[in-house]
Amino acid sequence: MKGINQRTKAVAFALCMMGMLIAVYTFGLLISEEAMMSGFQNAHQPPSWKYPFGTDALGRNLLLRTIKGLSVSITVGIVASLISALIAALVGMATAVGSKRVDAVVGWWIDLVMGVPHTVFILLISFALGRGVKGLLVGIAATHWCSLARLIRGEVLQLRCQQYVAVSRRLGKSGGWILIHHLFPHLIPQFFVGLVLMFPHVILHEASISFLGYGLPPEQPSIGIILSESIRYLSAGMWWMAVLPGLVLVGIVWGLERLADYLHRILDPYSVQE
Amino acid sequence: MRKGMSGRLSRTFFIYGLKIITLLLGVSIVSFLLVSASPVNPVQQYLLKIGPVSPQQQEEIEEYWGMDKPLMERYLTWLGELLQGNLGESALYRRPVKDVIGERFSGSLTLMVSAWICSGGMGISLGCIMGIYQDKWPDKLLKKLCYLLSCVPTFWLGLIFLLIFSVILGWFPIGFSSPIGILRQEVTLWQRLHHLVLPAFTLSLMSFSPIALHTRQKLIEVMNSEYVLFARARGEGKWMLLLRHGLRNILLPALTLQFASIAELFGGSVLTENIFSYPGLGSAVSAAGLNSDVPLLLGITLFSTLFVCIGNMIANLLYEVVNPQIGSYTGEVSR
Repeated sequence: MKGINQRTKAVAFALCMMGMLIAVYTFGLLISEEAMMSGFQNAHQPPSWKYPFGTDALGRNLLLRTIKGLSVSITVGIVASLISALIAALVGMATAVGSKRVDAVVGWWIDLVMGVPHTVFILLISFALGRGVKGLLVGIAATHWCSLARLIRGEVLQLRCQQYVAVSRRLGKSGGWILIHHLFPHLIPQFFVGLVLMFPHVILHEASISFLGYGLPPEQPSIGIILSESIRYLSAGMWWMAVLPGLVLVGIVWGLERLADYLHRILDPYSVQE
Repeated sequence: MRKGMSGRLSRTFFIYGLKIITLLLGVSIVSFLLVSASPVNPVQQYLLKIGPVSPQQQEEIEEYWGMDKPLMERYLTWLGELLQGNLGESALYRRPVKDVIGERFSGSLTLMVSAWICSGGMGISLGCIMGIYQDKWPDKLLKKLCYLLSCVPTFWLGLIFLLIFSVILGWFPIGFSSPIGILRQEVTLWQRLHHLVLPAFTLSLMSFSPIALHTRQKLIEVMNSEYVLFARARGEGKWMLLLRHGLRNILLPALTLQFASIAELFGGSVLTENIFSYPGLGSAVSAAGLNSDVPLLLGITLFSTLFVCIGNMIANLLYEVVNPQIGSYTGEVSR
C-alpha cells in the first residue's frame, strides 16, 4: 500500500466496519416475523442453499433469525453503552472537579459495583425490574461505567495540572470556559473511544444474560436465546444451531473491537503511525 | 526495612478489612432494596410450591413473614439474623441457605481454583513466549489469538467444547460433577476430575488473555532495560535472560493481576456452570433468580462479594510487596 498513509487506511477500515454494521442492522430491522417461519415440515433442517444456517425445532430460518437477533443486540448495545458512558463522564468529571469527599464517596461506590461480580449484579437488577429488556438495559448500564469513569477522572486530574490551564485561570477565565476550551478537546476523544470500546462488551453481556434466561423474552430473536435453545438439541447432533449463530456473534464483536481500535488511532495522532 | 514493610502490610490489611465490612454492608442494603423493589411477590412464589391456600392463610403467612412491616424494619430484622449466621431458608431447595451455599461453594471452588491455576500458568508462559519473540511470528500469532479470544463469549466456547468433546468425540460426559445414578460417597476422584476438565478448561480460556498480554508488556519492558543489555553483553542467551531477570520481575505483578480478576472469574463460572450443568454457586444463583428464591439470591450475592473482596485484598497486599515505593494506600489496583 504505497502512497496511502496509516491514517487514511484507518479511516477507510473504520468506514468499512461502520458500513457493515449499518447494513446488518437495517437488514435485521426489515425482516418480518413471517419471513422467518418456514413451517413445521421444514424443522430440524441442516444448513443448505435454501437455509444457509439450517432451521430450528419450530422450522424457523436460523439465518434470518440470527440477523434479526443481531439488530436487537445492536440496539441494546448502543443504548446501554451510551447511558453507561454518560454516567462515566459525569461521575468522572464530578470526582475530579469536586471536593475530596465526593471523590471518596464515588471511589467507595465504584469499589462496591466492582466488588459484586458483574453477572451476579446484572441478574439481581434484572430480577428487581422483572426481567425483560428494561432490566437488561439498566443492569448493563449500571455495571459498565466504572473503568471509563476512573479513566476520565485521571485524565481531568492530569489536565488540571497543565500550565496552560493555570495560565488561563490567572488570566481570569471562568471554570466553564476552561472546561469547554481546555478540557473538552481532550476528553471528547477519550469519551468516544471508551464508548465504542464498551460496545462489544455490552453485546457479549447481553447475549450471556439472555442465554441465562433473564434479559430478552424467549420469543424475541436474540443470539443468546438461540444458543440457549440449541443446548437442548446438542446431543441430538444439531450442531448448526450452536455453531453458526455463535460465529456470527464473534464476527460482529471482533468487527466492533477493530472499529474501536481504528477510531482510537484516528483520534489519537500519536498512535496512528505506529 | 523488613519491619517497615510488615507494618505497612498490616496497616493495609486493617484498612482494607474495614473497607470490606462497609462494602458488604453497602451491598446488603443495595441488594435488599433491589429485591424488595421486584414485582415478584416472594410469598406467592413460596406458596406456588406448597399448593393452594385460602386468602386467609396467605395473609397469615404474609404477616408471619413480616410483609406488612416497613422496609427499614424488614431490612434490620434480616440484617440482625444475618449477623447471627442465619441466612434464611431457600425456597428452591427447601434447606437453610447457609447449607446450600456451603455445599455449592465446594463445587465452585474446585472449578474456579483449577481454572485460576490453569489460566495463570497458560497466561504467564504464553506471555513469556510473546515477550521473547517480540514482533516475530510466534508473538504475532499468539497476540491475534489473545485478541480473538476476548471477542468470544464464554458460553459459546463452552457449547462448542461440549459439542466437539462430549457429543462428537465422546471423551467427556455432558454434564454434572459426578456420574448419574451413583451414590455421592462412591464417586471416585478420577470420575470427579473427568467431569471437571471441560468446564475448568473453558473457564480458564476465558480469562488467560489479559494476563498473557500483561506479561508480554512487562517482559518487553524488562528486555529493553540496561541490566538486560549488560547481561546480554556477558553472553547470556534468551532463555537464561528470562530465567534470571525476566521471571523475577514478572511473576508477582502477574499474580497480583490474577487475584484482582476474581470477579470476572466468578462471573464466568455462572455461565460455565450453567452450560455444563455443574452444581455450584453459579448455577444456583441463576436458578434462584429464575425461581424467585429471594433468600438464596441475597445470600449468594453477599457471599460472592466477600469472595471477590478477599481476592482484591490479596491483590492489594501483593501490590504493596511488589512496589515498595507506594507509601500510602491508594485504594485501587493498577490494571
